[in-house]
Amino acid sequence: MTRKWLLWLPFALGLGLFAVFYLGLLRPDDHVIASQMVGKSLPEFATGPAMPGQPGAASADFRDGKPRLLNIFASWCVPCVDEIPVLVTLKAQGAEIAGIAVHDTSIDLARFLAENGNPYTSIGLDEDGQAQIAFGSSGVPETFVVDGNGTILYQHIGVVTEQDAPRLLAMLRRGKQ
Amino acid sequence: MKLLVSICALLLAVSPTFAQDYSEESLPDPKQEAVAVQLMDSIRCVVCQGQPISGSNADLAADMRRLIRERIAKGESPEEVRAWLIDKYGDWVSFKPQVKPATLPLWIVPLLALIGGVWLVSRRLGKKAG
Repeated sequence: MTRKWLLWLPFALGLGLFAVFYLGLLRPDDHVIASQMVGKSLPEFATGPAMPGQPGAASADFRDGKPRLLNIFASWCVPCVDEIPVLVTLKAQGAEIAGIAVHDTSIDLARFLAENGNPYTSIGLDEDGQAQIAFGSSGVPETFVVDGNGTILYQHIGVVTEQDAPRLLAMLRRGKQ
Repeated sequence: MKLLVSICALLLAVSPTFAQDYSEESLPDPKQEAVAVQLMDSIRCVVCQGQPISGSNADLAADMRRLIRERIAKGESPEEVRAWLIDKYGDWVSFKPQVKPATLPLWIVPLLALIGGVWLVSRRLGKKAG
């Protein structure tokens, strides 16, 4: 009797496998790719200044004991507009924000910042996306919390909303040396 | 004629200074290019997921193609570049599974199935003969 059941076992396994694959087809595969750099030291990068009168961003700037937000954005990025007011509020509450503008130009950025506000203390121009890849970032906008030693504490993927702001601020305060 | 020659000389002198955009252009060395393309075919685009970066139009995929070509041209091995990308984006970015404890079943299970199959068949054949 057990022998008879055993014969059906491969068939049942195959059916189970088919069910798993079929369900996978129904559920599209669109998860966000989190950076593996969280918990690690900032990668070496150097981006030139994007705006006259504002410095660019480089990894060395992040090791001065001051925790910072590192915001990856672009003037061509539509959702980035939504988070600028939140970033401005965060800056008013004492957050220091460095920006990295991906695939951008100074002219487009100047217009973008004039229209939406400028919460950044430094903006680096990442013309060929090499800094973005070094961070393990897969899109704009993304915001990294970096502590005073230059260690990445957290990655926020997508727009920073008013609900996210207190959490980011708390992380910055904890990152202080 | 002299003018034409000097214009040609000027053009020749100027053309290499146009920045090579290795996101779309091949490497001058066909061997290195083949290695780079092979790697691009097995690196997954993080924007249009499921596509290799070699066939994706996303900006980030172009950036990764440029990065791969530049690193291969500098003499890095494709597996070094793959490891660097996995370091940033995780195993997910590579279509080629890495050998590690969590992925060992991928190699062991087919082997076990084969051994089990051979055992079953040999038993049956043995019975028939006997």
